[in-house]
Amino acid sequence: MSVELIAYGAFFLTMALTYAIMCLGLNVQWGQTGLFNVGIAGFVAIGAYVSALLTTPDAAGRFGGFGLPIVAGWLGAALAAGLVAFLIGALTIRLRADYLAIATFGVAVAVQLCALNLELVTGGPFGIGFIPRPFASLAGDPLAFSLANLGVLVLVVLALYLALERLLRSPWGRVLRAIREDETAALALGKSATRFRLQAFAIGGAIMGLAGAAQAHFIGFIAPDNYMPMLTFQVWAMLIVGGSGNNRGAILGAILVWGIWAGSAGAIASLFPPGEQARAASLQIVMIGVGLCAILLLRPRGILGEVKTVSRHIGRLAGKPVSEP
Amino acid sequence: MPSAADAPRPTSSAAAMPVEARDLVRRFGGLRAVDGMSIALRQGEMLGLIGPNGAGKTTLFNLIAGSLKPTSGSIQISGEEVSGEGPERRIAHGLGRTFQIPRPFPEMTVLENVLTGGQSQAGEHIWRNFLQPGRVAAEEKAAVDRARSLLDFVTLSGLEDEPARVLSGGQRKLLELARILMADPETILLDEPAAGVNPTLLEIIIDRVLDLNARGKSVLLIEHNMDMVARLCGRVVVMAAGRHLAEGPPAEVARNPAVIEAYLGGVAA
Repeated sequence: MSVELIAYGAFFLTMALTYAIMCLGLNVQWGQTGLFNVGIAGFVAIGAYVSALLTTPDAAGRFGGFGLPIVAGWLGAALAAGLVAFLIGALTIRLRADYLAIATFGVAVAVQLCALNLELVTGGPFGIGFIPRPFASLAGDPLAFSLANLGVLVLVVLALYLALERLLRSPWGRVLRAIREDETAALALGKSATRFRLQAFAIGGAIMGLAGAAQAHFIGFIAPDNYMPMLTFQVWAMLIVGGSGNNRGAILGAILVWGIWAGSAGAIASLFPPGEQARAASLQIVMIGVGLCAILLLRPRGILGEVKTVSRHIGRLAGKPVSEP
Repeated sequence: MPSAADAPRPTSSAAAMPVEARDLVRRFGGLRAVDGMSIALRQGEMLGLIGPNGAGKTTLFNLIAGSLKPTSGSIQISGEEVSGEGPERRIAHGLGRTFQIPRPFPEMTVLENVLTGGQSQAGEHIWRNFLQPGRVAAEEKAAVDRARSLLDFVTLSGLEDEPARVLSGGQRKLLELARILMADPETILLDEPAAGVNPTLLEIIIDRVLDLNARGKSVLLIEHNMDMVARLCGRVVVMAAGRHLAEGPPAEVARNPAVIEAYLGGVAA
């Protein structure tokens, strides 16, 4: 295999893993808790902008540029997105699922419009550039640079996966499932549905913010156009394809759907004359939509469905699949 | 975050009854489902609540359990006013309930259903799962042991790995009983534990409820099965049209003309 191919593979996987992080966040909210968040793009955008502001060098005519280390940017991104999710949740978590969806969608649109118009903070439509990239010193060697970035993302995804699996199989995860299955019964057992939902919503939001930061630093440039509702749709498609409620499914779905997305972009570039490519790009969305329908018809629980999780302290049944109803 | 269940419960003085509701009113639009009802459950007592269909028993029950808020009136549990609190705070006051139509968590195993009843577990706090994994594991192991002995108590031991949705109606009632016992309430509200249960399981349920009462739990029981009420309860309260109609020993109440009238009137209406 040529060096270019490996470098491209690493680039592709790194990008896919940033989506996998978003997908893991959505899985906490929807897969485990049943919270219908249709504003993923908003939380990702908050993470991206916060980390960009914290880590870029001081810029003339724009607020911030604090020049902090990348790690501080990523932590700040997760904290900020988690805090925003907590505040939005505190206002809306009591709403029925469909109203929560409307509320989160509205928040995402508002965040995107803020990014577009708060030029003093966000750079407006031109966005923020020169976001420091991890291992920038290796940039001269594309292969080493790509592999080092991939390594960071693999570590982040792995750490998140292990932490979320631990929570999923803990008494905390058990209460989330109980609330999802029968809130009235969970309340009668003394479980505050509001408190647990709010926690899950904030954790999911923080993870989405982290994903936004990781993506921003990997690409090095962000603009409001990156955070349109299309992003939310993509992440939902990833989770549904991979298997809602299953952390491994979330990661697999992200890689698969991103593969289809990136592959179809390449195919369109080679199949259509340059004048038609902009219009042909809509075919990408069509392909994701058709793929989603196929999965919903053929494997409604996704490629890796939710597994029957039990406390990791009992352990004997871990991994036994839930039988189809 | 310290939960309320960690706090010591007030020692029950002679005055503080496990449950004391006064002048409860609950309106649904123009209907007064509970209309100035008072009821008191004494310490260690097994009290039956009976009445014709539509008398407001389940509404009263839901008011006491916190699932509904009263339009007016007061509810005290062990002397503490709770009428403004939500249902999730009742367990902290030592009050547990079952449902008329059982509500197991269908996709969770029988054992996990019971484990969910556990109170003040470290593992329900996110950070403790990472910062105090030893404490979480030790508590969870103790909880599993306790849940297994409760499943043994309600004769469901053999089914602990099955999802709760495969259980029969009677088994679900037993599972709910084990699940609420996991929370170790001092007072238990049972909503028609005999309804739709086959005679064998019914004997087990009656036996277990008697056993719990003998161990000092106060029990408030809604039941249509008069035979069961007569066997379990020393005192019954009769409700009709949202109000207190009569109370006394089961045999005496069954002869009360007003009670007979209410039941027959209920049938005729």
